[in-house]
Amino acid sequence: MNHMPAILLLAPLSGAFFSGLAAWIKPWLSYYIALAATCLSGVAAFCVLGDVMAAGTVQYRMAGWAPPMGIELRIDPLNAMVLLLISAIAFLNLVASVSSVDREIPDRAPSFYVMYQLFVVGLLGVSATGDLFNLYVLIEITSLTSYTMIALGEEGRSHLAALNYIFIGVIGASFYLLGVGYLYITTGSLNMQDVAVILKQIPGSSSAVLTAFVLCILGVWIKMALFPLHVWLPNAYSFAPVGFARVVAPLMTKVMVYVMVRLMVTVFGLDYVFNTLHLADIVVWLGVIAILAGAFMALLQTDLRKMLTYIIVCEIGYMVGGAWLGNTLGMAGAILHILNDALMTFALFLALGNIIYIRKQVDVTNLKGLFAAMPWTMAGLVLAALSIIGVPPLCGFFSKWYLVLGAFEAGAYHFAAALIISSLVCAVLFFKVFEICFFEPMSTSHGHHDHGGAVMTEAPLSMLVPLGLVSTGIVAAGVYAGTIVNTLILPFLQ
Amino acid sequence: MTELLALIVAKYNFWLYIILMMIGLYAMIAKNNLMKKLVGMNIFQTAIILFYVSIGYKHGATLPIIQGDHGGHGTHGAVIHAAEYINPLPHVLMLTAIVVSVATFGVAMALCVRVYRRYQTLEEDELRIRLSEK
Amino acid sequence: MLHVKNPGTRIIPGNEFEHMDREWVPSDRIIKTVCRILIPFIQIYALYVVAHGDFSPGGGFQGGVIFGSSLILMAISYNLKTLMKRVTEKFLSIFAATGVLIYVGLGVLAMIMGGRFLDYSMLAPLVPWDPGHIRALGMLGVEIGVGIAVMAVMVIIYVNIVSEGRHDEGL
Repeated sequence: MNHMPAILLLAPLSGAFFSGLAAWIKPWLSYYIALAATCLSGVAAFCVLGDVMAAGTVQYRMAGWAPPMGIELRIDPLNAMVLLLISAIAFLNLVASVSSVDREIPDRAPSFYVMYQLFVVGLLGVSATGDLFNLYVLIEITSLTSYTMIALGEEGRSHLAALNYIFIGVIGASFYLLGVGYLYITTGSLNMQDVAVILKQIPGSSSAVLTAFVLCILGVWIKMALFPLHVWLPNAYSFAPVGFARVVAPLMTKVMVYVMVRLMVTVFGLDYVFNTLHLADIVVWLGVIAILAGAFMALLQTDLRKMLTYIIVCEIGYMVGGAWLGNTLGMAGAILHILNDALMTFALFLALGNIIYIRKQVDVTNLKGLFAAMPWTMAGLVLAALSIIGVPPLCGFFSKWYLVLGAFEAGAYHFAAALIISSLVCAVLFFKVFEICFFEPMSTSHGHHDHGGAVMTEAPLSMLVPLGLVSTGIVAAGVYAGTIVNTLILPFLQ
Repeated sequence: MTELLALIVAKYNFWLYIILMMIGLYAMIAKNNLMKKLVGMNIFQTAIILFYVSIGYKHGATLPIIQGDHGGHGTHGAVIHAAEYINPLPHVLMLTAIVVSVATFGVAMALCVRVYRRYQTLEEDELRIRLSEK
Repeated sequence: MLHVKNPGTRIIPGNEFEHMDREWVPSDRIIKTVCRILIPFIQIYALYVVAHGDFSPGGGFQGGVIFGSSLILMAISYNLKTLMKRVTEKFLSIFAATGVLIYVGLGVLAMIMGGRFLDYSMLAPLVPWDPGHIRALGMLGVEIGVGIAVMAVMVIIYVNIVSEGRHDEGL
């Protein structure tokens, strides 16, 4: 009996509570327990990916009860890719966090690791589950742990940012819960496959199903920070501690995009979404506005962290617009962009974390002379920035290519134009940052004893190695983009 | 007019929960004090819980507890008509939702305490002033 | 008449809750006695609710909340320091973690015995008494774990919020 899906979820769950116990007995042990637990779940995710590619969909029935009575974990190619992504990013972030967490949260580091592992459990569960109510519970576990971890940042501002996030996030999750309630009234079941089968048999167009769809999608949009529902994102991710911002920025919103794709494709069915409802054009326009708004608001920022969070808002616009284009190319581009954007954002935030570790503030005035002082970090940052702009053969180019092709095929030229404009805006943005980082500070008039080459104060090795691994991942995802689409995404969409 | 009234009376649970939800949402948006926003959030979540519980009701049905002796073996061999008992599944789902709501409320209250300790106020407009002058 | 401890001190905003003279304000003897008698009965009722979750309203979360509320009652009727002397923060945190680990441990035990996660029927070889009830016993086990965790977390939430993290004085 293949227990890998259960081990995937149980390893961080038990690791969290063993870390909690260790916090009262031997506090230094909680980090190593966390590291071991995320490593184990990464290995399990890799095994599950192998199983899914070899044998098709993997179903794991909790407690042996068959669905629709029982809760099942249902892992198909889309899931498996997202699961591997989550566990790999969580593990690499833990490796990189060992020094920054101790510096930022010196007295409460064990509770950080407990919450971190529960956050990873929540994300993995959201990606793996096949039950609608279980999905709500796991979304709330993810959100609750992220509220507490955001509040571990700087005093005052991070608490207010977390409170705003709580208010908006609770509205989003409650809308999703309400949508599940309407689905339960209509179909009598909570299992995703079962609901899909029953919904196809309902004749005509039912307003209850329409309400359920709108409420579920609206709830998920609030959680993924689609413009104009994105107001919680910049403050929450900027004032969070760096060790947490690094893992939540690439993962949380992308996993919510996965949930939207899952609801559209598996539960309601693409036929219902595009043929019975006529919302697709409006949503593509919403995506266009999100892209342009995110890109232009990023231009207005002076703080590097806020700028990167607005770029996240822009990328979410790509994915939502691409998924609602209505053809296979657009949906494949959106799903590929989940993978690519997670890698690119993770690399950007890793580099950002290194800069914060050395320089303590990332206002544009503090960024001078970074290319000489931190060459490896800046190399990673340049690679990730080029990928976001969309330079081949890096991965960002290929997902944008699929999205543009899908837009042309669907006749949505405004979406293609928005994609190209946002690439240009990102190029302007990042080259402005590089120009500031390239030039030395001009105050070396009286320091003759230490000129002759700037001092290289690079971040420690534990923070550089994950950045290097993710950079090779970005290049590899670009080179093998065709393979990924053909083996994982297209079989899922058939 | 009469059919609107008939519609309201037939589905009064939906109308009640919508009104409760909107009261909660209004409190979250319009009130100035952070604690009042929290209470509004709680009302919002409670309205959804009440809605779910009202789904399971059937006319003329009784509580979903099987009469028998302890250990649950009382009705071995007896046929249980599902139409006689109200649906217990929404109740069970809402137990989990209540736990989530309590946990969120606890986290939010702890954050309010920290905000008060830092800024000495819980009113949003004063907080905005103090944030902009820091 | 309002007795203030030090008439000359400045009231610091945020610390307005100043205790009056401890000798002047009598701690109420009736409340203390009644609560001291009631608390064990509330705890027995909480255990009853946990154990009868299978066939009457109840279960782990409800029983845990009732148990936690009995401890909070002690904090309210006496004062917070009395509660913290009896149930230290370390005890509560270890109980919270242990409760969840009982839950996960039962599930993993079922996995080791050959079933899926939380498949109680696989635990039948382990119990020395009648294996027909094994599913009910498994459910009881996880409910106990959940109840322990919920009790500890309720008290931790109360203690931390009421005392603003200082654990010295509260309502």
